[in-house]
Amino acid sequence: MNREATLSADTATVERPMPVLRFADQARRALQYPALGIAGLFALWWWGGWAIANNEDTMAFASFAPGPTLTAFWDIVSSGAVWKPIESSLYRVGWGLGYAIAIGVPMGVMIGYFLTLKQVTHVPFQFLRMISPLAWMPIAVLAFATWDAAIIFLIAIAAVWPITYATAHGVQRIDPMWLKVGNNLGANPYHTLRYIVMPAIAQDVFAGIRLAVGVAWIVLVPAEYLGVTSGLGYAINDARDTLEYDKLAAFVLVIGIIGYMLDAICVRLIKRSSYHAEG
Amino acid sequence: MGAAISIDYITHHYPKQEEPTLKDIQVTVAPGETVALIGQSGCGKSTLLHMLAGLLLPSEGCVRINGHQVIKPSPRWNMMFQKPSLYPWMTVRKNASLGLIFQGRKRDMRDRIDELLETVGLTEKAEVNVQSLSGGQQQRVALARSLATDPELLLLDEPFSALDAFTRVALQDEVTRLARERRISVVFVTHDIEEAVAMADRVLVMGSNPGTITAELHIDIAHPRDRNSQAFVDRKAELMGYFGATRAPAADKGGAEAEAPTSETESEQAESAATESRARVRAA
Ligand SMILES: Nc1ncnc2c1ncn2[C@@H]1O[C@H](COP(=O)(O)OP(=O)(O)OP(=O)(O)O)[C@@H](O)[C@H]1O
Ligand SMILES: [Mg+2]
Repeated sequence: MNREATLSADTATVERPMPVLRFADQARRALQYPALGIAGLFALWWWGGWAIANNEDTMAFASFAPGPTLTAFWDIVSSGAVWKPIESSLYRVGWGLGYAIAIGVPMGVMIGYFLTLKQVTHVPFQFLRMISPLAWMPIAVLAFATWDAAIIFLIAIAAVWPITYATAHGVQRIDPMWLKVGNNLGANPYHTLRYIVMPAIAQDVFAGIRLAVGVAWIVLVPAEYLGVTSGLGYAINDARDTLEYDKLAAFVLVIGIIGYMLDAICVRLIKRSSYHAEG
Repeated sequence: MGAAISIDYITHHYPKQEEPTLKDIQVTVAPGETVALIGQSGCGKSTLLHMLAGLLLPSEGCVRINGHQVIKPSPRWNMMFQKPSLYPWMTVRKNASLGLIFQGRKRDMRDRIDELLETVGLTEKAEVNVQSLSGGQQQRVALARSLATDPELLLLDEPFSALDAFTRVALQDEVTRLARERRISVVFVTHDIEEAVAMADRVLVMGSNPGTITAELHIDIAHPRDRNSQAFVDRKAELMGYFGATRAPAADKGGAEAEAPTSETESEQAESAATESRARVRAA
């Protein structure tokens, strides 16, 4: 009795303010290191700008420095000039990824499920996977009627591999007992797919999509250097041609920020699709 | 309600194995009867159970349930395993409901599951993710999941062997009670002699290489069974003798096994034991 009373008194006086403190503490700790990283990047950028500006050979490019770039960044955002290229680029990446998912997930399920298929496809797929998507560019341009379609093809062919192999990996990790139990409970193939296979592999599929988004976003810019007259890659090329280096750097900044955001969305999706208990 | 099973001369040969795993197994189970299968590791108990469930087809012979040959799994005969094998992305309720969802029996599903979860003592945990449950609670969910489709036959493959002693005894009694209430036939595999005596109407002892039924013991103690009663203790000792008989002679050392007959003389010795009990021994 006595012991309990002291214990609860302790809880009342000591424990109660704790959560608040702990939260502030946690928030500080969670932000402190990322903030350090961002500061480091800016320092490097600033130093690079300073070095360029102080070298006679490179002085012409001084507007790559943070000051001019951020001004240009503000200009393209406030004038709205930034939105059109973003829209075009996201449209292409979206379709490319869409095709990659539509092809990669079923292909991965099959490869993960049938060992023979895995063995049959191993050499050709690894071979194709190691060819830079940009190597397909001339062929894509010939094969597709529009530039958009060619770029979407290049993105899809780059993004399909990580999705396929992550999905296959997920399927291979399915506990055979889950299928056995499902079978016993009277599951038809649709039930098995919907209630067992899909939830079991969701996390792996999204992990594959995260890798695919990274690849797609990287392939996009060089693909847009050619032919098209819209998109972030085109905007960079255009800025170079008109010698607006501050604007060029501002678009590089935009590409980085959007890439980061796409990745952050994927990380959230991976977390949400995980069935593992927290902690 | 319970299923009548007849196992008609099953022989099973796994591909790439030299010897058949099971040979000429012939067993019948009456509706509502509970039968235990015991025998040393690797003698083919799980194999036989998978055949009863329709998860594996025998190379010769067949299993009939209520006169119909078993050729594929069905929610009417449900198998439970040593691991609960729940779906970790679902709540307790969803796991238990799955058989009904697969059968498209979604009407009054909620009430049925509520009732079932109450029976297995998990009402409070209905909406909780199964990963947060203890091993015993998880096995209870698996039991509820198996019972949800109103099976006529439960097949249990060492279902309680991973649990602590208290939980194990509680679940043995619970399954026995539910099976008797619902008149479900039960065939279960166990390594635990006490479990066999506590739950079964009849115990089949299996020998290995190839797997055959070597002895059969009726346990006609009324339910609920008192584990300390003389009859219970006697049956346990008797069964221990047969169980020892199925072991390789080299493994026989001391204790109850010391009196166990060796494999060569197993039928005569077992026969003498049978005069005292209702055990019948098949000629090996
Ligand atoms: N899929 C398989 N392919 C080939 N051989 C198998 C297969 N499954 C089991 N066996 C063999 O069949 C024999 C019986 O296996 P089974 O799992 O039925 O034994 P068990 O009596 O259940 O053993 P335990 O008590 O250890 O669970 C073993 O020798 C095993 O190696
Ligand atoms: Mg087994």
